[in-house]
Amino acid sequence: MKPYRVLPGPEEFLPPSAASMGIRLPDPDQGHIEGRIVPEEEAMERAAQVFLSAKVPTIFPGPLVLWSWNEKAAKKATAIQYLYDVIRESVSSEARPMIIPMADYRPKYPKINPEVEINPNHPNLTIWHNKIDACMFVGVHCHQANLALKIIRGGTDCFTIAMCAQAGHEDANLTFRDATPEKIMNFAGWIKKLKGTV
Amino acid sequence: MSKERIKIAPEFRDIMPPEYRDLVDDATWGKEGRGWKDVGTSKELIEEHSLCAGCPESMAFRYILSSLPSPEDTVMVGSTGCTSLVFPHVAVHNIHSLFGNQNAIASGLKRSLAARFPDQGKDVVVLAGDGATVDIGLDSTLQSWFRQEKFTTICFDNELYANTGGQESGLMQKGFVAKMAPIGKQFEKVRLPEIARESGCHYVVNCTVSKPSLVEKVVRNAVLVARELGPTYLQMYTPCILEIGKQSMEGLQEMRDSEKPGLRFAYKEYASPEAKELIAEIAIKEKERKAAAKAALAQSSV
Ligand SMILES: Cc1ncc(C[n+]2csc(CCOP(=O)(O)OP(=O)(O)O)c2C)c(N)n1
Ligand code: SF4
Ligand SMILES: [Mg+2]
Repeated sequence: MKPYRVLPGPEEFLPPSAASMGIRLPDPDQGHIEGRIVPEEEAMERAAQVFLSAKVPTIFPGPLVLWSWNEKAAKKATAIQYLYDVIRESVSSEARPMIIPMADYRPKYPKINPEVEINPNHPNLTIWHNKIDACMFVGVHCHQANLALKIIRGGTDCFTIAMCAQAGHEDANLTFRDATPEKIMNFAGWIKKLKGTV
Repeated sequence: MSKERIKIAPEFRDIMPPEYRDLVDDATWGKEGRGWKDVGTSKELIEEHSLCAGCPESMAFRYILSSLPSPEDTVMVGSTGCTSLVFPHVAVHNIHSLFGNQNAIASGLKRSLAARFPDQGKDVVVLAGDGATVDIGLDSTLQSWFRQEKFTTICFDNELYANTGGQESGLMQKGFVAKMAPIGKQFEKVRLPEIARESGCHYVVNCTVSKPSLVEKVVRNAVLVARELGPTYLQMYTPCILEIGKQSMEGLQEMRDSEKPGLRFAYKEYASPEAKELIAEIAIKEKERKAAAKAALAQSSV
């Protein structure tokens, strides 16, 4: 049997969890690209290439960084804003970078407004509406990120990147782990470095 | 108590959907004397809901949220039923439990919060329907009282299973015929307030939600007594206007009609001797606070 790869979808209505298909999490200083464990810098380079070649590269900041609940969260917010500025300066003129918040996780009645928000219970709506082809989750609690990443893989062709503060995400197409403000800045550095080469 | 906990990162303020900005800007958390009179002015006290138009549960929810003594240090535990349609709009931490498990979840939650935040006095408040509290969840309801768990249980008593179309519940009145209970109830309404008292609850109230000031008083008492002494129980009539064939505007009258002396929702209160003492202390402090606020107002208008 060919090993499972965590590729952009649309995979199927209920894609399997990548962990159940044998994908494992990276160790410290590593990441994964489509399920293949790689050194972190390699994942940085690939993620920068993905963002630089995307038509709508998008950051989805979650509650852990949207709300200024401790000093670390505040520093991450500043780093994410810097990353967004770098993306805007670095992408081609046709690209349309976005930053869309996932302010909380509750299912919203009667519906979300996909132009201004993303909700983990139906993240595909925001991705379809804005034609997002590459995105990065940051500051989203793990269980909600897993749910959303799987739904995105199931129903869209968007490339997903997880800037995870814990052990990383099997269900993302590319993951980092142990995210800190410095790591986010390093990613911005990679985008600057590769500007114009993709 | 303050809004410090709900600050939006300044970098992201402009991208936050407007309702979150409103929530933070207009929240009543930290406001002296916050209460039911704030309903209608603050996003956090449920601006929109997805219950039937005119459902008394919608007002009951607002009065309760506005009366919590420390909303930012409170976790509510809900259960399946019509109440669970409102929780997504509630700006207080809340957990949706498996139907009937709410008092078991709340027990574990209260104990872990007490261990994790020993100096912060976190409150836990269960809010569930009569089906969840008295039928399917009766075991966990009673066991939590027997164990003297320090949280408040609020039952929205609409005397049937509303969310699933009108089945018979333990709190339904004898003889009542519902859409899915066609032969009429054969047994008496379970006397849960009395059972609560006998099971060790320190403060028990049976009432309707027709009077917001009364709801405010009993919710505050129940939460503060639970914080200090042990379990408390509020049973509130929130008639299901849909199932009893009333119009949207008729919920209030239905509650008034059912709370007359001698009827099943006539106001009944029980407080243990320790709870009575505590409530008296709370009342004195509240009186002093109001007097000081009045004096300050008079001073500022001179
Ligand atoms: C474990 C479990 N059993 C049964 C149900 C089905 N169920 C959903 S709502 C409900 C009745 C709720 O009645 P009540 O607690 O009185 O709340 P109300 O809707 O009347 O406010 C039931 C039985 C469920 N969701 N989960
Ligand atoms: S079914 Fe009854 S209890 Fe449920 S929202 Fe409608 S009126 Fe309220
Ligand atoms: Mg009910």
